[in-house]
Amino acid sequence: MPHINLSSEFPGIRSLFMFRPETAAPLNALVQAMLHNPHPTLSAGERELIATYVSRLNTCKYCCNIHGAIAQHHLGNNAEIVQRVLADPETAPISNKMKALLKIAAKVQSGGKNVLPEDIELARSEGATDMEIHDVVLIAAAFCMYNRYVDGLATWQPDDPELYDKMGEQRAREGYLTPPFKVVASQ
Amino acid sequence: MAHIKLLNEELPGIVGLLTYRPETGKPLTELAEILLRGPSSLSSGEREIIAASVSYWNQCHFCHTSHAAAAAAHLKSGPALIDDIKAGLPKTPVSDKLRALLHIAHQVQRGGKNVTKEDIAAAREQGATDLEIHDTVLIAAAFCMYNRYVDGLGTWAPGPNEAYAEMGERMAHVGYIRF
Repeated sequence: MPHINLSSEFPGIRSLFMFRPETAAPLNALVQAMLHNPHPTLSAGERELIATYVSRLNTCKYCCNIHGAIAQHHLGNNAEIVQRVLADPETAPISNKMKALLKIAAKVQSGGKNVLPEDIELARSEGATDMEIHDVVLIAAAFCMYNRYVDGLATWQPDDPELYDKMGEQRAREGYLTPPFKVVASQ
Repeated sequence: MAHIKLLNEELPGIVGLLTYRPETGKPLTELAEILLRGPSSLSSGEREIIAASVSYWNQCHFCHTSHAAAAAAHLKSGPALIDDIKAGLPKTPVSDKLRALLHIAHQVQRGGKNVTKEDIAAAREQGATDLEIHDTVLIAAAFCMYNRYVDGLGTWAPGPNEAYAEMGERMAHVGYIRF
């Protein structure tokens, strides 16, 4: 049961965007710029992997599921990569650079000051650029916000994998600036 | 020195990061502007106190001191507010409603699921509305982002409280929009 009066027709963060459109605008503009817009070196799929991984570390079911679904759709519908990254990035089928960036993301999740020069050095030694280091820190920091927002107001977080798949397909294709569709709670 | 090469190494805290990546800098400043200075039944001074408190709990010196200075500018209270916020506001006259909302903000800072029904009920007993509860949670969540961004990239921050007075005045009276 959410802590405030939210529409029951929209799950997770979508219900919060409906409640307060004035804050929804910059929140969606931020995720659009971070995760969907063209990037010189990090694919959308790679950026979504960072988002779903941080959301798992913060144990936010809705955010982990939706960004995992979006990542999957960007990565040629490859569910295995997503599952392996969520289980253990070190052994997942991703580049060494992505492994180093995900280490930085985990440090940011535990606290900004936990990012040490050796974490940055490791990423650089695997070819990470300044822009990539900037972006992984910001994506990880931003998901520490989105996860707290979604859980802090106790939004409705469904368990239906087909629903996340449908929402994930929409967002992977359209980005974050188009309206969400209504959902009927099957409860 | 920051973990990445910024355009201007002398800009403190978040300022250099906003200009490094304006595509994300713009929505970050728009979010701060609406949360802290947009129309609300909570005064800007109250909202800056929430932001500064969360930043202190996250041990982010730059964010805590600058937003406490902004609160002091709004409340015309003088710089002693900066340290009073760290201590949990023993000397500053704030409403019981704000104290209940600050407790919710502290729970959010620890993690979203820490906010209990009892925390919400206590705030409602002091007159907090749905919108005030929403904004408190989002301000606390947002500062968990800004604090990690600023510290995660190792940005530089001035030390003493006095160094933030002018910045606080600008944040309070000019605001956050720069793009």
